[in-house]
Amino acid sequence: MKTMRKVEVVTDILNANDQIAQENAATLKAHGILSVNLMASPGAGKTSLILQTARALNGRLRLGAIEGDVASRVDADKVAAAGIPVVQINTGGACHLDAPMIRQALRALPLDEIDLLIVENVGNLICPVEFRLGEALRVMIASVPEGHDKPYKYPGIFTAVEAVVINKMDLAPYVEFDLTALREAIRGMNRDAAIFEVSCRTGEGIGEWAEWLWGQWQARRAPSAR
Amino acid sequence: MHELPVTEQIIKVVLEHARKADAHRVVQVNLVIGDLTSFVDESIQFYFDFLARGTEAEGAALHIRRMPARVRCHACQHEFAPDGVDWRCPRCGNLGGEVLSGRESYIESIEVE
Ligand SMILES: [Zn+2]
Repeated sequence: MKTMRKVEVVTDILNANDQIAQENAATLKAHGILSVNLMASPGAGKTSLILQTARALNGRLRLGAIEGDVASRVDADKVAAAGIPVVQINTGGACHLDAPMIRQALRALPLDEIDLLIVENVGNLICPVEFRLGEALRVMIASVPEGHDKPYKYPGIFTAVEAVVINKMDLAPYVEFDLTALREAIRGMNRDAAIFEVSCRTGEGIGEWAEWLWGQWQARRAPSAR
Repeated sequence: MHELPVTEQIIKVVLEHARKADAHRVVQVNLVIGDLTSFVDESIQFYFDFLARGTEAEGAALHIRRMPARVRCHACQHEFAPDGVDWRCPRCGNLGGEVLSGRESYIESIEVE
């Protein structure tokens, strides 16, 4: 008669990913890089925000980018054309970036020439938030045409981020959109998240967002750098 | 889609623990998964059955304990379970709060022989 035994495991399912994420975080820290995991639905304006951020920072922080996409390098080409060092990751169908992909991409970037690394995650609001990359900040874009009830449909991401960028504010008069309701919903789920209202098309609000990044970078600067 | 690499990891950890325990067969794997994560039980089961073939975990039953989302109201500290898309505190009407559970995703234990 075989005996059944119970063996305690208690290991996080994402353990392997998280270990590599910690290594990535250490690499980024060693190079004094502030890293941002930028998540959003397809078409919310991730690439536009990267380009506008580079413009607004105007050399104060040297940008680098990792572009995650299921396929194609359209976004990476746009970013490279702006003079930003960029690595394209094609996930080949996977719905999110993970820490091993970032480790690979970091090897291809001139880390000593980068102060702020923006990782453009694959466009969706569900899976990317499960996988830590080693990033310092998690930021999402919620664009106006997507509607003000997004937080209720995707509480996972809204509760996990350090900042929400509300993009396409220039379209607010033309679509059914209640800014107060969206702000209230974000606040309700995530009291600490910074909220920015921007338009990557007109440049409205981008300055405030760029100032916040600058502040975040300064706050993390090693004391020896002073 | 991301259940594939995740399930590979589950099987790896399960087999490590089974070998450490000198087991020759894994009968059941007990997972704990929060409702605020995006893991789909059926997908994990599908990949598990496929990936476990030819290992000590072949044929093992997958038991997934779902943890409902629980939130503590910012305003009145009342703890409640958000009802789907409704994150309003049932006691005071304030919206949302601190997430206490619902984000779990871990292998709790395995049953072996
Ligand atoms: Zn309350």
